[in-house]
Amino acid sequence: MAEQNRRGFVGRAVAGASTLMLSGCYDLSQKPWFTNILGKVEDLTHAAQHIFAGPHTLAPEFTKADIAPMFRANGTLDPGTDDYKAHVVSNFRNWRITVKGLVENPLSLSMDDIRALPPRTQITRHDCVEGWSCIGEWTGAPLALVLAAAKPKPEARYAVFYCADPMTVEGDPEHFYYESLELSEAGHPQTLLAYRLNGEPLGVEHGAPVRIRAERQLGYKQPKYVHGIELVSDFSKIGGGKGGYWEDQGYTWYGGI
Amino acid sequence: MRDIAEGARTALGLTTTKPHYFFFRHKWPVRVCHWINAICLAVLLMSGLNIFNAHPALYLGSGSNFEHPVLALNAMTDDSGNVVKGTTWIAGKPVNTTGVLGASRVDGELAARGFPSWATLPGAQWLAMARQWHFAFAWLLVINGFFFFAYGFLSRHFARDLAPTKADIQHLPREIVDHARLKFPHGEEARHYNGLQKLAYCFVLFLLAPLIVATGLTMSPTMDAAFPILLWIFGGRQTARTIHFICAFSFLGFFIVHIAMVVLSGTWNNLRSMITGWYVIRKGGDHG
Repeated sequence: MAEQNRRGFVGRAVAGASTLMLSGCYDLSQKPWFTNILGKVEDLTHAAQHIFAGPHTLAPEFTKADIAPMFRANGTLDPGTDDYKAHVVSNFRNWRITVKGLVENPLSLSMDDIRALPPRTQITRHDCVEGWSCIGEWTGAPLALVLAAAKPKPEARYAVFYCADPMTVEGDPEHFYYESLELSEAGHPQTLLAYRLNGEPLGVEHGAPVRIRAERQLGYKQPKYVHGIELVSDFSKIGGGKGGYWEDQGYTWYGGI
Repeated sequence: MRDIAEGARTALGLTTTKPHYFFFRHKWPVRVCHWINAICLAVLLMSGLNIFNAHPALYLGSGSNFEHPVLALNAMTDDSGNVVKGTTWIAGKPVNTTGVLGASRVDGELAARGFPSWATLPGAQWLAMARQWHFAFAWLLVINGFFFFAYGFLSRHFARDLAPTKADIQHLPREIVDHARLKFPHGEEARHYNGLQKLAYCFVLFLLAPLIVATGLTMSPTMDAAFPILLWIFGGRQTARTIHFICAFSFLGFFIVHIAMVVLSGTWNNLRSMITGWYVIRKGGDHG
């Protein structure tokens, strides 16, 4: 009898403790002091992965046989603005990519300028933060070439990418998708201003006319519909201040894992 | 009243009716690591299920073959868009799991969710936060594991207490039969782990734990650039993700059996020994 009571007590204690733990975890997720600790863990992961991967190691590349029959498009599938629609009609003839900020030599490049740079083609795996992967063949201009032409100033630390897809939630002031990479990742040999997928010009759902490929990063770090690149020393005054659209929604800025 | 007092004395190991003695069973590094592990595994499993819910399907190979997942937890909606059914697809075969897998209640309404709210951390579908919890406790698990492995090898805890002996292997069939009858070693035999116990602990420590960490790292695109061999070992990122998932549920299976054994072989004696280190050995007692 005593044994049974004791077991009943243990059962209730365990159930009670787990309920407390669950609601406790939810409360903790809302507390700044706790999310600050979690933020420090992001820095630790970033630093550790930087030690192991360094600036030059390449993301694995695959063969033509590995290419997915249909590359899954995610996020914005069509910016849908009047401005963007006009660019689609004119086949992006007037699309410009500006390079500004902490550079000696600001640039404004047309798609022809981008295509005139020595291209790189790579068959790589796209990893979404949700967990799925898709393999595709990307062709584009290495971003390192564009950055070199713009001559970054020594104090430049990040490249911020401005995009044409509006992310405005009803009632908010208008804002667009943006992202950022540290300069070492932006200048990585596999980081491209990509304008072809599987040999075809980039479709609207994949970010036409040009998107970023940063093959050692998750998908949300590789923005589509890019029209501007700004080199900065910190991004606290841009957008929500966290370095990207999804970062402003609570995702980590470091997207290597 | 007398029963309760006697029960309390028994629980504390203070009864004088049977010969017994205290045995110092677990040194402090083992106890500390054990409880840190317990917290880590609970948080990692539940935050992992929340992450899984962001795309509740598993695949084999490098990329996701969306048409042919090996496992998928889906929700079906009616014409007006209300979730009406949850289905678990295992190797292309559907199983109705409404209410638990694929679709479960959120605030009273059936909603599309891989795993139900009570099994995930946070309870709400919140990928960004679940990832932060998961990586924080993954670091804690790895640091704790590093310390425990260093201690285990240097102090010879692994060699002395965990490595199965020839006798353990020979007694294995009898051990299995005894466990199935819920007969556990007692008296002097309870001073060391039995063969099945050693095998279970070795399996978790030396196979499951390294495997779940390595497959977790294989899912990181930056780690794949640093160590492409990971992809070769596990057969691609999506296979690694599937193995990671299987490991997580193996840990859950271990946890369930572990708790059952703790309860069946003497809850308080076991709990006390893992908290204070002291375990009561009853000479010729009915259970140890």
